[in-house]
Amino acid sequence: MLSYNQMVVRHQSSADYLDRLFGALADATRRDILARVMGADASVTELAARYRMSFAAVQKHVAVLERAHLVTKRRDGRAQRVDGNLSAVRRANSLLAQFEQIWQARIGRLDELLATSNQGEPNAGR
Amino acid sequence: MPVVEIHKDPKALTMTVVAQFAAPVSRVWAAYADPRLLERFWGPPTWPAKFVRHDFAVGGRSEYYMTGPDGEQSRGFFEFLSIDEPRAFEVLDGFLGPDGKPAEGMPTMTMRFTFEPHDGGTRMVTVTTFPSLEALERLLSMGMEEGMKAAMGQIDAVLAAG
Repeated sequence: MLSYNQMVVRHQSSADYLDRLFGALADATRRDILARVMGADASVTELAARYRMSFAAVQKHVAVLERAHLVTKRRDGRAQRVDGNLSAVRRANSLLAQFEQIWQARIGRLDELLATSNQGEPNAGR
Repeated sequence: MPVVEIHKDPKALTMTVVAQFAAPVSRVWAAYADPRLLERFWGPPTWPAKFVRHDFAVGGRSEYYMTGPDGEQSRGFFEFLSIDEPRAFEVLDGFLGPDGKPAEGMPTMTMRFTFEPHDGGTRMVTVTTFPSLEALERLLSMGMEEGMKAAMGQIDAVLAAG
């Protein structure tokens, strides 16, 4: 996971921004909100209906995500709509990049495993 | 680095990983076929995987769980769609609910592994296909916690060392 961290650090080197980003993502509700609005935008009211917490509490979570630039908010009549902050393809690309990190790490571990148990038959390590 | 090449296709929602190992095909294959070997590399050190079932046969299933640093668990399954030993196999990978059944409404992805002898070792190609962007996002939002926790742990270590 070192490579994951390096990727994040390379992307945004400001310590303040990292604090906001890590802080915003450190909460399960906010990650869930983020995942939802990345798929399709939603009003704060629609989001609030999905969680066992007050409208105001959900609004606060959205504000934290907004300060980390993970979502944008816009007015649509009386509703406040929340949207993920990247176009679909860029988003997919960045998500695939995260999967890439997971696979890089996994293949590194497999390579180590193959290097350390190289005596005898394939199943000798059992 | 054993990873030779990674190709991402955000439109087709696929990711192709090409890796080169010094070990022969039989040993790389065994690392996937033997659950005791598979669990030594499938999950990250902070979220180790334990395979409680591994029917490595067409139509067979695997079930595994990964345990996080705070004891939280994520359960998953493989369903083997095709096996052509020792050249290729394809699995459906998904999440299991607390009742041990595939979690409803949760996304699945397919992974195709191919192995061929190359340069005295093995060339492995893995193609992961996601059914939709939303599925990819949900899969990652669930994996995000592990990455963020590991990253935060490293920041703690850097601060402690400083």
